[in-house]
Amino acid sequence: MSKTGVLIEIENNAVKASSLGAMTAAADSEVYALVVNADAGAVKDTLAKYGADTIVDIQGDLSTSPDLLAEALVAIIKEYALDSLLGTASAIGKDVFARVAAIMDEPLVSDVMGVNIAAHTVRKSHFSGKIMATLKVDAAVFLCTLRPNVIEPEPAPAAGNMVTFKVDIADPGLTKITEVQKGDSSKLDLTEAPVIVTGGRAINAAENFAMLDACAAKLGAAVGASRAAVDAGYAPHSMQVGQTGKTVSPKLYVACGVSGAVQHFAGMKTSKVIVAINEDKHAPIFGKCDYGIIGDIFDVVPKLTEKL
Amino acid sequence: MKVIVCVKHVPDTAATIKVKDDTGYEDGSVKFIPNPYDEFGIEEAVRIVEKEGGEVVILTVGRTAAVSTIRSALAMGANRAILVKTDNQFLDSSLTAQAMKAAMEQDGLPDLIFTGKSAVDTETFQTPYRLAKSLGLPMVNEVSNLTLNGAQAVARCDIGGGQKRVIELGLPGVIGATKGLNIPRYPKLPDIMKAKKKEIKEIDLADVGIDAASSRVVIEKLEIVPERSGATMLEGSLDEQVEELIRVLKEDEKVIL
Repeated sequence: MSKTGVLIEIENNAVKASSLGAMTAAADSEVYALVVNADAGAVKDTLAKYGADTIVDIQGDLSTSPDLLAEALVAIIKEYALDSLLGTASAIGKDVFARVAAIMDEPLVSDVMGVNIAAHTVRKSHFSGKIMATLKVDAAVFLCTLRPNVIEPEPAPAAGNMVTFKVDIADPGLTKITEVQKGDSSKLDLTEAPVIVTGGRAINAAENFAMLDACAAKLGAAVGASRAAVDAGYAPHSMQVGQTGKTVSPKLYVACGVSGAVQHFAGMKTSKVIVAINEDKHAPIFGKCDYGIIGDIFDVVPKLTEKL
Repeated sequence: MKVIVCVKHVPDTAATIKVKDDTGYEDGSVKFIPNPYDEFGIEEAVRIVEKEGGEVVILTVGRTAAVSTIRSALAMGANRAILVKTDNQFLDSSLTAQAMKAAMEQDGLPDLIFTGKSAVDTETFQTPYRLAKSLGLPMVNEVSNLTLNGAQAVARCDIGGGQKRVIELGLPGVIGATKGLNIPRYPKLPDIMKAKKKEIKEIDLADVGIDAASSRVVIEKLEIVPERSGATMLEGSLDEQVEELIRVLKEDEKVIL
């Protein structure tokens, strides 16, 4: 049986759903869950429940340099003779996998929406969701990151044997992380949120995002913004969805007062269900979404929040 | 200071893409633009050279038609350009990085390299990392703020959830630019006219020893993703519309609990 490593991402002491989904994608192989910069013991039961045959507790501080983390993963691939390494297409996941691929000189398929590990084939977006490409890679070690929310985690109880891997690697010394500036910890990360509520130009003022925050809290959602809202100064760029912003793929996307420019769709087209609320019945978004409500967002959104 | 900006010639995100022969696309009628993230790199490079002196060189690996994208970059203030020509619509990341490395070695290695954080056509998210590794240089991506301090640079990188990390690196280095780094200028007519006279050196991919057929990533098939055909509009009073929406999302679509 082939061996697949899964780089586990942990947030607020819990394994991210996208990491569990990556283990589900690897279910036909022997799964090695790789836990880095965290207490592996605390997540052991969860990892075993979702299919980890072996849990590798990586000991050593790898938070100081993305290159050091990449070198450690290369060493782990060799140590356990892994045939594949899967991860999440989060900002950090995409970054470290690109470094691993460059070090090993192996192909990498990033941000995929479907994967067949045995066949080394993936399906992924090209041209901002307009085209689905099927790619086949010729790799000695198959490297792949998965777009969040595309693979539903399924419990598959496995042994969850804990092993420790002590990192004894010199930092290549190319890059050094000197500071991590926290965002607002009460807010979910856009790229991985299962539900997103987005405000467009019609939100009209930065303080009106509080209305979307309240709705998002009921939905367990992250809050995004259109480029028009960001450029008007109503929201920071870190909240922007679309071209020159984040690409997201939630189960549910609720666009509030968003006109529906092509550049916005470039960032959210692969969402499972898109709902639009807009007072302009001719807004382009109604031609490209699943459900629509014509109305003033300042009437509809509070009503939605109330009834959820 | 010599700054090289790697710029990709990509279809406009607003363009309609038509698949041709299963693994390619019709490119004759499509509008092409410089990859939007690369423009943040061009702007930053031009500002640095305006301040510190030196030159900005645009490096593109692409088809002959990429000259239009290169002219746009030159109109933003870059001094000259190099085009490594290939007929391939989808030259893979590894070969693209090798071509860039070879072109840089031919032209003389720069003090700083910019790329975009990713390309909006194939979204592979790896070419600058491969380039940096092959040159033994540091690589930092999704940079929204950059400070140069002699042979050192400090980059602030977006890492999701509004979080940022600050990374120090030595120069030369490769910087993957994203929105926030600056606001790219719109070239004025005299800049566009001047750009027409700037040098574009053309090299064939084969001349730098790269065989496009040696790719380890093969496109088996490209398929159009169908557009949604128009929304189901909810009807009735506001209360009724909202209640029906919640019911549909819970019971039919099962996307909320």
